[in-house]
Amino acid sequence: AEMAARLSENRLVSLPLSRIRVIMKSSPEVSSINQDALFLTAKATELFVQYLASYSYKHGRGKEKNALTYTDLSHTAEECETFQFLADILPKKILASKYLKMLEKEKRDGEVGEGEEEDKEEEDEDEA
Amino acid sequence: LPDGVNISKEARSAISRAASVFVLYATSCANNFAMKGKRKTLNAGDVLSAMEEMEFQRFMVPLKESLEVYRREQKGKKEARKDKDKKADSEEQDKSREEDNDDDDERMEEEEQNDEEEVDN
Repeated sequence: AEMAARLSENRLVSLPLSRIRVIMKSSPEVSSINQDALFLTAKATELFVQYLASYSYKHGRGKEKNALTYTDLSHTAEECETFQFLADILPKKILASKYLKMLEKEKRDGEVGEGEEEDKEEEDEDEA
Repeated sequence: LPDGVNISKEARSAISRAASVFVLYATSCANNFAMKGKRKTLNAGDVLSAMEEMEFQRFMVPLKESLEVYRREQKGKKEARKDKDKKADSEEQDKSREEDNDDDDERMEEEEQNDEEEVDN
């Protein structure tokens, strides 16, 4: 923990190593992690976050020039191959009304829609 | 991001989730390389190979550079620790054995330098 704090202070990497380690260890097949590998993963994650943010901002649909929004990120996940692995956790948002219509349609079609529905996020007014 | 650009709360939490997913994806990918090499411990090379595999070649140079700095820093710390220990009693060495169980403790680098870090999974 001391080392993680020190590294953050010196700004060699700004993410906490201890947290990164916890996530890495949660992966089932992983048994042990060398110090360098931990550091590199943390650093890579930092670079990734910067890349994701700047890419999304640049390619944002121009609604808001001075903000990075969820929609920007979600578009990036859907449209850029490099970020496609994020598509499931950054789903597009749809209006609640549309969602309800979809549910009804599926009921009528006699289908039981499972995972699909759970993935959709609802938004009240603005986002489509 | 350029100055003055705000990040919505939703975007922040999304980025946080994305970062976690990235770590998992990278770890799993790196682990494949380790297993190919019949190793149980993930090393730096595995992580670098994973980045290439995931098509983040743009990270390679900055990562390698940071790694150099990191390794130099660790070496420096180890030297400093060695000097400290020389002055200290065996008492301090006992302490270091106990703290060895603490994963995040800096002392583990003294014992293991660049290598293994065995923890129960």
